[in-house]
Amino acid sequence: MINKKMIQVALPKGRLGDKVYEMLDKAGYSCPEILEGGRKLIFESPENGVCYFWVKPSDVAIYVERGAADVGIVGKDILLEHEPDVYELLDLGIGKCRMAVAAKEDFRDDKAGPLRVATKFSHIAMEYYLDRGRDIDIIHLNGSIELAPLLGLSDVIVDIVETGTTLRENHLHVVEEIVPISARLIANKASYKFNQAAIDRITDALAGGKEEKS
Amino acid sequence: MTWQNDDAAFSRQNGLKPAEQLVYALRELYEDFGYSRYRMSKFEEYDLYANHKDFLIAEGVITFTDTNGKLMALKPDVTLSIVKNTQDPASGVRKLYYNENVYRIRQSAEGYQEILQTGLEAIGAIDDYTLCEVLELALRSLQKAGGRYVLEISDLGLLSELIDACGITAAGKTQILALIGEKNRHELRSLLEEFSLKQADIDRFLQLLRLEESPRKALGQVVELLNGKVNDAKLQQFARVIRTLIGICEAGTEAFADGAIRLDFSLVGDPNYYDGVIFKGYLEGVPKSVLSGGEYNALMRKMGRKSGAIGFAVYMDLLEQYLDTPEGFDTDVLLLYDTDMPLAAIRAQAEELGRDGSRVMAQAEIPEGIRYRRLVRFGSSADAGGAGLSGSAEEGQDRDK
Repeated sequence: MINKKMIQVALPKGRLGDKVYEMLDKAGYSCPEILEGGRKLIFESPENGVCYFWVKPSDVAIYVERGAADVGIVGKDILLEHEPDVYELLDLGIGKCRMAVAAKEDFRDDKAGPLRVATKFSHIAMEYYLDRGRDIDIIHLNGSIELAPLLGLSDVIVDIVETGTTLRENHLHVVEEIVPISARLIANKASYKFNQAAIDRITDALAGGKEEKS
Repeated sequence: MTWQNDDAAFSRQNGLKPAEQLVYALRELYEDFGYSRYRMSKFEEYDLYANHKDFLIAEGVITFTDTNGKLMALKPDVTLSIVKNTQDPASGVRKLYYNENVYRIRQSAEGYQEILQTGLEAIGAIDDYTLCEVLELALRSLQKAGGRYVLEISDLGLLSELIDACGITAAGKTQILALIGEKNRHELRSLLEEFSLKQADIDRFLQLLRLEESPRKALGQVVELLNGKVNDAKLQQFARVIRTLIGICEAGTEAFADGAIRLDFSLVGDPNYYDGVIFKGYLEGVPKSVLSGGEYNALMRKMGRKSGAIGFAVYMDLLEQYLDTPEGFDTDVLLLYDTDMPLAAIRAQAEELGRDGSRVMAQAEIPEGIRYRRLVRFGSSADAGGAGLSGSAEEGQDRDK
């Protein structure tokens, strides 16, 4: 049973989660047990008033919106795609990348018909092109998005670009940048009402750590 | 009128579940304050919702064609129907409450759901007293549900004026309100810088998103931050109403604990409908707001009414979900009778077993999947033993086939 008096923190599994825990650790929210590995899913640190659990990065916002976690760390891409009803309290300035439109090097949009767009981020792509009045045909894929223009499945892709290496190796390039992405601290709106001081403390501590870093 | 939180923990009474008891408690509360019940039809002409779809909290309306060929809808909202069907009162304020089912798309799932919604509306010349009374009733409604609760209050009219005073366009205002609603101070700062706002104005917005928890201190901050930037009379009215509400809370017993009122200007709404005080209610342990309301004078004007209006709705579907914990048993006693027993004897036995308030289910065979606290066999084959019980009563046995 989780101790409800502690602030429940949903961490994204993977590299980003490790970096975030490092920031939390430095900010005074240590929980050494979390580094031990094993199959345990929930890690409590009663002395620091926090309880951590690892979840799939794309699920963090769901845990927070539904109140299973009070706060969580999630990429801006997930927030833009699913628009969860949560507070976005801080830009952690880590996990930086960009959401971009990419295409084959010889691609030219002649605007003669609907643009075929392959993406995992259908909502972001739709909003982006709707804003520009461009008719599009969304092809929702779950992975290996770069393959779509190479095989003629789509004209362009909308995806996260970090260094651009994968694009370059596949003779693709960024055509337009949609929005910069980084990790954000989010909070459940109802939890915030009952734990404002504790959540504000975590936010301030992480903001302090971020400033020291930069 | 008592101020005790004696309704806090609803237990099973008169066969009613906690959420059902709450509906009755709220009805009594609103009637105590002179609000009269408003009943309405399940249907409205679809045009009403099509013209005001941004006012609805969820998209999707169930429509059908009636016998006259008109496109009708199962109502997804109560306020629009009340406003449409209520004329401007010649004097005073019409005070109404309702207890109605609305029909909406199920969130994150296919299909529609029927939701019981309770709430109230005050329509007419809304003065400070009415404003304060509605806020107090919102607080009391949360109090009736029990546990810790918070009523967060904002004033969209003041916030809207502040944005307008900075010379922001309508499109910019929508962007700013969206970021304010997320408490997204980092992106709000960048956007306001992009709009070339003075640093003092940027700081004003950012500070409005981080008010003190204490409503008295927060009110002081709000007045200081907005002074000279918005209509002074409106700011003073807001301050007066909030001070009165804080006073009512402080004069009460422990029922209104510290922190029941919170000023939070990150609470926003659509300024095309709401243009004054807006509020939301939260219960600890429920991940979403369970109560929502505000002054919707702009909607009244859109619908051709001259009166002002304020109201709120309590989302009973959420409360049902969190107040009504699943019961462990389908019945307290399962009376298993032999089919050759006289019907009157079985009935008399069931009545006897139910005398202590237990729920008694009589069956010839144990139904599949049933859970019961106690099994009592009743039949002619039983050793007479006086009471006609077949074998012994199997006390405390849980059965889940």
